[in-house]
This record gives sequence, C-alpha cells and structure tokens, in this order.
Amino acid sequence: MPDAVSPRGFWAKLGYGLVLMLTGLLALLWAAPVIWAFIASTRPASEPLGRGDVWFGSHLTLENYVRAVSLAPFDVYYMNTIIIVTMILGVQLVTITLAGFAFAHYRFMGKKLLLFFILLQLMIPTTALLAPNFGTIRALGLFDTRLAIAIPYFGSAFGTFLMRQAFLEVPRDLVDAGIIDGCNWRQLLWHIYLPPSRSMLVAFGLSSVVWHWNEFLWPLVVTNSDKSRPLTAGLVRFTQLGEIGAQWSLLTAATLLVVAPLFIAFLIFQRQFIQSFVHSGLK
Amino acid sequence: MTTTTQPPGRRRRREPILPYLLILPTFFFVAMFTAWPTILAFYQSFFRQRLNIAKFREPTFIGLGNYTALFSDDRFLLVLKNTLIYVLVTAPVSIILGFLFAMLINRAIRGIGLARLAFFQPTILPMVSAATIWMFFFTPDYGLWNTFLQRFGYSGPQNWTGNPDLALIAIMIVAIWKNAGYYMIFYLAGMQSLPTDVYEAAVLDGANGWQMMWRITLPLLRRTTLFVSTIAFIGAFQMVDHIFVLTKGGPSRASTVLLYYLWQVRFENQDVGRAAALTVILIAFLLLFTVTNFFLSERKEGDYA
Repeated sequence: MPDAVSPRGFWAKLGYGLVLMLTGLLALLWAAPVIWAFIASTRPASEPLGRGDVWFGSHLTLENYVRAVSLAPFDVYYMNTIIIVTMILGVQLVTITLAGFAFAHYRFMGKKLLLFFILLQLMIPTTALLAPNFGTIRALGLFDTRLAIAIPYFGSAFGTFLMRQAFLEVPRDLVDAGIIDGCNWRQLLWHIYLPPSRSMLVAFGLSSVVWHWNEFLWPLVVTNSDKSRPLTAGLVRFTQLGEIGAQWSLLTAATLLVVAPLFIAFLIFQRQFIQSFVHSGLK
Repeated sequence: MTTTTQPPGRRRRREPILPYLLILPTFFFVAMFTAWPTILAFYQSFFRQRLNIAKFREPTFIGLGNYTALFSDDRFLLVLKNTLIYVLVTAPVSIILGFLFAMLINRAIRGIGLARLAFFQPTILPMVSAATIWMFFFTPDYGLWNTFLQRFGYSGPQNWTGNPDLALIAIMIVAIWKNAGYYMIFYLAGMQSLPTDVYEAAVLDGANGWQMMWRITLPLLRRTTLFVSTIAFIGAFQMVDHIFVLTKGGPSRASTVLLYYLWQVRFENQDVGRAAALTVILIAFLLLFTVTNFFLSERKEGDYA
C-alpha cells in the first residue's frame, strides 16, 4: 500500500531513507541472538568467551556439536520429537477432516451445541489444564511415554474449525454433482471436498508441527526419562547438567541442534510457513 | 436447476448417525482433555490434598479453603501482580511492535524479505532455545545485553536475571522479542488486502504518512487488531517456558507468573488442591480476556454497519 506513495522532494526522500535505515537496524537487532548463537557455536572450546571477546574464535570448528551430542542423547530426543510430532499430525489430519466434513456437509440435531463444545478448547487451552490432565495421564498408565505427550492434542478445535470453513467454500454445484453421480460420503470427501481444501490442510499441518516441535511444559510434566523426552525438555536438562556451566559454545551448539531442522525448513519454505501461520493463527 | 431453488441451508443430507460418528473422535479427545479436566479442577479445588504429606494424601473437603488461603498469601498476591504486569505489558508492546514492523516492511524493495525474515524467525524457535541464547545475552559482565546498553550510557545493575527488580523485565523482553514478529504477519496480511485507492485519494488530499496511518490504516485493520490481541493476551498467560531456563521464577519469586506458580505448586509442592484452585483462577482469567475481546469485536462490528 505505501507503494502508491513514492517519496517526492528532498525531505520526503530523506525521511524515506531514515525509515529504511531504522528497518535495517531493527532487523539486525532482532536477528542478533540467532546470528550470535551460530557464531559462538563455531568457537573452539579452548577459547571461552570473555569481556569484549564474544565473537568468532581463532578458527571455525564443529567440535561443540560433536561434544553436545556425546554429552546427552540428542539422537533419542530427535527420534522422540519426530515421533510425537508425526503422531499428533497424523491423528489430527484424520480427526479434523472428519469432524470438519460433518459440520460442513450434514445437518443434524445438536450441531451448534457440538461445535460450541469443541470450540471450548480454543478458550481453555490445553496448556492451562496441565495439572488435572497429568492426573488423567497417570490414571491411564501413560506416564513417561511419547503417547502421553501427544494424546491431549489428538482432537483440535482449531483444525476442525479451519476444515469446516474450507469445506464450506467448496462450490455447492460440485457437491450436488457428486451426489447425483452417486458418490458415497467417503468419495464425496475424498474427491470433492478435499482437493480444493488441501492448502488449508497443509497450512494447519505446518503450524501444528512447529507448535508441537517447540512445546516444552507439558512434555516436561509427563516425562521423567530420556526414552520419552523430546528435544525441548532434553535441551533444558542439558543446560542444567553440572559439567556444562557457562560453556557458551557448547550451549549454543546444543540449542542450534534443537532448532536446526525447523529453521532450515523455514529458510527454504519461508513463504509457505508465513502463509500457514497467517491462515491458522495458532502457534 | 435444482441447485438454485434449494434454500441456502444447503447440504442438509439427513443421515441418522453418520455425522455423530464423524465427530466422535474429536469430541472424545476434547471431552477427555478439555472438558473433563476443567470440571475436575473445579471439583478438586474444594478439597485439601497434598501428595507429599501422609495425613493429607486423601482429599478432604474444605470448601473455599484453597481460595481463601491463596488470596491471603502474600506470595500468591505477588504472583498475581507479576502476571498482570507480564500480560498487560508484553501483549500490547508486542502488538505495537508487530504493527510497526509490518508498516516498515510493507514495501516492495530489494532486501525487504531479509528484514521480514529477521522479524519473524523468533516465532518458529522453541522458547527454551531462545531462552538459552538470551541467557548469554543477560550474563553479567560480558553479556551482550549490558554491553549493548552501555553504548547508550547505561550503568545500572548488571545481573538482569538475578536482580529482583530486573528479572521480570528480562522475562518480558524475551517474550516481546519472540512474539512481535508473529503478530507482524497478521498485520502484514491485513495491510496487503487494503484498497490502494483510499491511499491514492488521501495523497491527493495532501495527507501525510502519519495521518494515513492513524486515519486509514489503523481503523481499517481494527479486526486484525482484535484478533491479534485475543491471541496475544491468551498466549501471554501461557508463555512461561523461558522462565524455566532464565530465572526459575526468582529471585524471591520476582519473576514468577501464574502458570509457572501453578506448575511449582502442583509438581514441586505436590499440592493437588491448591493447584486445582490455581487452574480455576487461570481459566477465569483466560475466559475474561476472551469474552471481553469477543464483546469488543461485536460492538466494533456494529459501528461499521
């Protein structure tokens, strides 16, 4: 929109230049933590950071990454996070598609009430319910399993709502044509409703993966061993290991290990990520 | 064609049980992990139950005992105060910064994508990773934060996460840094759907950039602002991961907020009853903010009509 207003005159140009400089400065400030973490992680361990000396070391090295991996079972944490995130996404894609379809396609008694009931999850987020949910996980005998971390998210109010909206956009004539052709509900869903809604499903999927990859508090509460601990909880444990102390190169290396897959994916598919976050409005 | 004569109530295919079956999985998980725990927390909040003290292990009904104990406890009152400061500062500041960033980068010039990337990237970092990096920034003596501030003449306390006056501020800085770029993308999406002719007309009328921002952009983005503030306020109540890394709620609870306190009460003190009461209080806050925002948006919609 401000494109419509290209700067005219000396003062306008000066102002425009200042705005651009401000943008650049702020952007640099915002990116500083990650840029610094990357630099610090490449510093040789024999050269600890000190006053006025917090930048590159004498040479670049990957030794911090190697040491981080040898000090904590990051491979197990990785597996756990990937399994948890996949499990949640896999189940969610099915549950939200089915529920979204039911709410968009059918008329039935109590439809509004049911939708409202499910949307309660938006108002009372699962994170706030960690104390009573912990009791449920205990009672189910799921404590310290990957399933325990995933199961509260199997039903998604937001996903259901998104899919319902996407399905309501599908042209009615298309649906009627399908019905006349004798499609059963599975064929209707698969061949008529889903194809035009795929981008919404992808958008929801991306943000679901990011949100659950990053989640910390709930996994912390329902795990107590490395066999089920995801990357986030593993990292916090790692930072609190006695022998780590203030070895910043090592800490930053571990931090970047946790972040790397998502971050690299984000750099490559920046546009899709941002789109998906805008679409789904959930982290 | 039959399609045009049917009422817009559309697709009212009548199937006796199929829709219910399709909703069942979602219903089941929402019932089990949203509805049931809400009821359970409410119920448990009327009982005294502490798992680490033998004689209190079995629940005993004590009416509003947990609530009265909390509200007459200075520690809890401090936590409430911290929470309100935390939420009422981080949410608006992140929103305003998000709007500012969107204004700054909403232009088609080379390299602007890099700025967008810089502002947005904290959103996809896990909060605990971000906090680990910030832990170094806040390190006394050679941390970058103090070094940076000293450039501007700052000579105050150095230990931000260990100073009772600064710990909460340190926590808020990280939260704002993490969220501003997230809110930015909603404003950016909103701005890109604004009609350009309004701005062209405003330019012809001699409006300057400042006037256009206040008189056109902000009013037209009111719905975006309402949406963003709903997710920002609800999000702020839940954003506590970095506290585990940076301050552990200290020193002397100076940076303890409601959800973190709830975690401590339940999992360090093993106090089920008190934690249930805290859960109910947290839910009350969340509902208060959601409902307020909802009614605000309803009223504002009315203004337009």
